[in-house]
Amino acid sequence: MVRLIAGLVGLFFSGMLLISFVTGAYTAVTEPVAPTVESQFHKHPKKVSFKHDGPFGSYDKAQLQRGLKVYAEVCSACHSLNQVAFRNFEDLGYSEDEVKAIAKGWKTEVPSINPETGEPATRPGLPSDKIPSPYANETAARAANNNALPPDLSLMTKARHNGPAYVYSLLTGYQAVPANLPKESRPGTGLHYNPYFANLNLAMAPPLTGDDQVTFDDGTKATKDQMATDVAAFLTWTAEPKMEARKTAGWASLIFLIIFTALCYLSYRTIWADKKH
Amino acid sequence: MATVEQAESMTETVAEDGVRRRDFIHIAAVSWAGVGAAAVALPLLNQMGASADVRALASIEVDVAAIEPGQAIKTSWRKQPVFIRNLTPAEVADANKVAVGTLRDPQTLAERTKPGKENWLVTMGVCTHLGCVPLGAAAGEVKGEFGGYFCPCHGSHYDTAGRIRKGPAPLNLQVPEFAFISDTVVKIG
Amino acid sequence: MSFPWANEYKPQHPVMQWVDERLPLPRFVYNAIGGGYPVPRNLNYWWNFGVLSGVALMIQIITGIILAMHYYASIDGAFNSVEHIMRDVNGGWFIRYAHMNGASFFFIVVYIHIFRGLFYGSYKAPREMVWLLGVVIFLLMMATGFMGYVLPWGQMSFWGAQVITGFFSAIPVVGEPLRQWLLGGFAPDQAALNRFFSLHYLLPFVILGAIILHVWALHIPGSSNPTGVAVKAESDTVPFHPYYTAKDGFGLGLFLIAFVLVTFFAPNMLGHPDNYIPANPMSTPAHIVPEWYYWPFYAILRAFTVDFAIPFTGIVIIPAKLMGVLAMFGSILLLFFLPWLDTSPVRSGKYRPLFRKFFYVLVFNIGVLGFCGVMPAEEPYVMLSQLAAAYYFAHFLIILPIVSRIEKTAPLPNSITEAVTGKPLETAAA
Repeated sequence: MVRLIAGLVGLFFSGMLLISFVTGAYTAVTEPVAPTVESQFHKHPKKVSFKHDGPFGSYDKAQLQRGLKVYAEVCSACHSLNQVAFRNFEDLGYSEDEVKAIAKGWKTEVPSINPETGEPATRPGLPSDKIPSPYANETAARAANNNALPPDLSLMTKARHNGPAYVYSLLTGYQAVPANLPKESRPGTGLHYNPYFANLNLAMAPPLTGDDQVTFDDGTKATKDQMATDVAAFLTWTAEPKMEARKTAGWASLIFLIIFTALCYLSYRTIWADKKH
Repeated sequence: MATVEQAESMTETVAEDGVRRRDFIHIAAVSWAGVGAAAVALPLLNQMGASADVRALASIEVDVAAIEPGQAIKTSWRKQPVFIRNLTPAEVADANKVAVGTLRDPQTLAERTKPGKENWLVTMGVCTHLGCVPLGAAAGEVKGEFGGYFCPCHGSHYDTAGRIRKGPAPLNLQVPEFAFISDTVVKIG
Repeated sequence: MSFPWANEYKPQHPVMQWVDERLPLPRFVYNAIGGGYPVPRNLNYWWNFGVLSGVALMIQIITGIILAMHYYASIDGAFNSVEHIMRDVNGGWFIRYAHMNGASFFFIVVYIHIFRGLFYGSYKAPREMVWLLGVVIFLLMMATGFMGYVLPWGQMSFWGAQVITGFFSAIPVVGEPLRQWLLGGFAPDQAALNRFFSLHYLLPFVILGAIILHVWALHIPGSSNPTGVAVKAESDTVPFHPYYTAKDGFGLGLFLIAFVLVTFFAPNMLGHPDNYIPANPMSTPAHIVPEWYYWPFYAILRAFTVDFAIPFTGIVIIPAKLMGVLAMFGSILLLFFLPWLDTSPVRSGKYRPLFRKFFYVLVFNIGVLGFCGVMPAEEPYVMLSQLAAAYYFAHFLIILPIVSRIEKTAPLPNSITEAVTGKPLETAAA
C-alpha cells in the first residue's frame, strides 16, 4: 500500500515536471529568449594583483595610506565609511598622534550637541569616533545626488564578487558609449556608461579624472591607475581589517593540525595493527 | 558482558609487545590534542574581555570654569561617574588639618590634586566599598559627617579630600589620571 | 541491548566507582562510545561522518553561544553588531567565521553521512528508527540554518526570509494569514528577526536531543557495516574504544584541516557577497540564492512551471507555486518512507549491482539539481532542473520499489569475519 501510494505520488510529481519540461522546451524553441543587453556588454572585473593576495599576502601599509588619501580627498565627498573608526588607522602604520591629527582635521565633523543649549552641533573628530558620513541621512544623500544613494564603502570589497578588482575596474572602466548599444540601454541624464557596473549605467560621475588629482605623501606618482589600485587596496582593508591575523592564525592552526592528524594516524595504525579489517 | 578470557588475552598482548613505544604514540596524540584544546580555549575566553571600541573610549575634556567654590559636578568617564569639586578654602584647610597617620588610607590632599590647583578635587564617583555612587556632588545632597561625600548604600563617609573616614569602605575615592590642559579645562584619562 | 560479549564497565579508580554506584554516567558513556560498545570491525572511512557531524554541531553550539554574547537582534543593530564582532570583539572575527563556515561544514558531513546511509542501506530493518530520527535532525538543521542566515540582517538574510516565508503563502486559504503569523507582520521585520534569533538559539539544543535519541536507537541493533551482513559473533566486532575512537581522531584531524583551510584562507567562499549589504526592504538583489546546502531543494521548488489543471477547462486544481512548495517539502518528507519503499533484503549497495547504478545516478542528479539551484531561473537551467527533479522523485518513489523487487543481488559473505579475513567464521574465531 505504501509503495502503491508512493508510486502514484512519484508519477504525479515526475509527470508534472515532465509536462513542465515539455512546455518549457516548446516555448524555448518557438520563442527563443533574446540575450539581454547586460549579458552582451557587461564585463567581468579586470585582473589586478595586490600584495595582500594569496595565503601569505599581507597589506602594503604605504599603499593603504595612499588609498586612505584617495578616499579622504575624493570618495569621502559622497561615500560614508561608517564601520571604520579613526583609531583603526593605527593599523595603516600611523602613530597615535597622527591618528588624532587625522581625526581632528577630517573635513566632515562629528555630529554632536551644543552642551549649553542642546541644539544639534558638530565637533572635530576624536580617534574613538567612527568616520562621519558626508550626509546627515539617506534623504540628504539622495537629494544631493540626483536621487541616487552613494553606498557605504566599508564592506564594498566583500559585497561584490571579486571586490578589490571590481572597485579598481569600476574606477578605471568609464568609457564612451559603444555605438551598437541599444537605445533603451543608453545612459540617461546623470548616468555614465561603465561596462563593469551590473546594469551598465552608473549614477556616479567618473571620480578619478586625471593624474595628480591627489598628492601622495610618499612621492608616488598619482596616476589614475595608481589611485584606483590604492583605493581598492584600502577598501579591502576596511572590509577585512583582521586579514593578517586571520592568515597567521590559519597557518599556525594548519601546522598544528597536520601534526595532530599524523599522530592520530600513527595511533590509529598502532591500535589496528593486529586487526585485519 | 566481558568474558574473562578476553580480559586475560588483552593483558597478554599488552605485555608481549613493547608497551612503552606503543603507548608513547597514544599519549603524544592525546597530549597534542590537549594543547590544541587549550589554544582554542584562549580566544573563546578572551572574547569576553573589553572589546577594542570600549578600550578606545577616549579621554574626556571638561570645562570647569563654571564651577564655583563649594560646588561640584558629576560627569561620566568610561561609563562611570566622575566628581569634579571646587573646594572652598575652608574645605581645603579642613582636609589639611587631619593627621595623615590616623587615616585608614593615608594620603594628603596635595597627593590627590595637582600642584597649584589644590582646590580642584577630581575623583571617581564610585564608592570603594561595593561600587555605589556616593552622594554629595549635587547641590543639596547629604555630604556625610566629614563634609565630603556620603555613600548611602552602607554608610561610608568621605572627607573633603575624598578620603574614607568612617564606614566600611577600605580605600579613598579613586583619583583618575587627569591633567589641567588649560586653566579651566581638565582632561581625564 | 547489546551483544553478550560487550565489555563490562569496570571502574579503574575508586572515585569513578563511587560515582558509578550512585549515578552510572561513566558506565553509560562507556557503553555508548567507549570500550563497552562492540562495533563491526569492517567499517570504512564513510562511517567517520556520524561522529564528525556531532563534532560540527558542538563547534556550532560553542561559537554560537559566544556570538550571542555580542549580537543584537535588532533590525537597526544586527548588521552593525556582526561587524562589531568582526572588528572590535577580541578574536571575534575568528568566532564569526568559524560559525559561518561551521554551518557549511556541518551540512557537508551530514550530507556525506546521509549518502553513506543511502548506499549501504542503513535505513533498513532493524534500523528504521535511526533513519527516521536522522531525517528529523536533517529537517531541524535546515530550519536552524535558515534562521541563522537571517540574523546578520544583510540583503540575502532579508530576502531569504521573505522568499522562504513566502512558501507558506502558497497554501490555499490559510497561507497568507499563516505567513503573517510566522513573521509577526506583513514583511520580515523586528518581530521576525527577534523570533528567529530565539528559535535559532533553541533549535540546536533540540537537535542535540534528537541526536541522543538517534544514537540511542543506533545502539539497540548496533552499527551497520559495509557488507550489510548482521554481526554474528565476537570476532565480527571490535570495541568502539580504542579502535574507532582512534580512527575518528584521524578523521577529525582531516576534517579540521579542511575546516581551517576554508575558515582562515577563504572564509567568504561559501557565502554570498550580497549579505555584506545591509538589508534593504525597498530593493531586491538581482539574483537571490539560498546557501549552497539548500540549492537542490531550491531547484525543485522552482522546477514546477505548469499548473495542475483540468485540460481545456481552465480549472486549476493545484497552482504551480503550490506544487513547487509541496514538492520541495515532499522531497525531504519522502525520506521518511524510504525503509518501506526499498524492500530488498540485501542492505549494502555493494551487493546490489542495479541499485548501485541508480544510486550513482541519484548522486549525480542531486549535484545537477544543486547546480540548477544556484543558476538564475532561466533556460536551459529550468529545463535541466525539471528533468533532474523528475528523476529525483522517480528514483525514490518508483525506481527503488521496482529495483528492489526485480534485482538479482550478488552473493553475500556469510559473516563480517569471513568478508574481512577470507576464512569462515568458525575457523577464524577459533
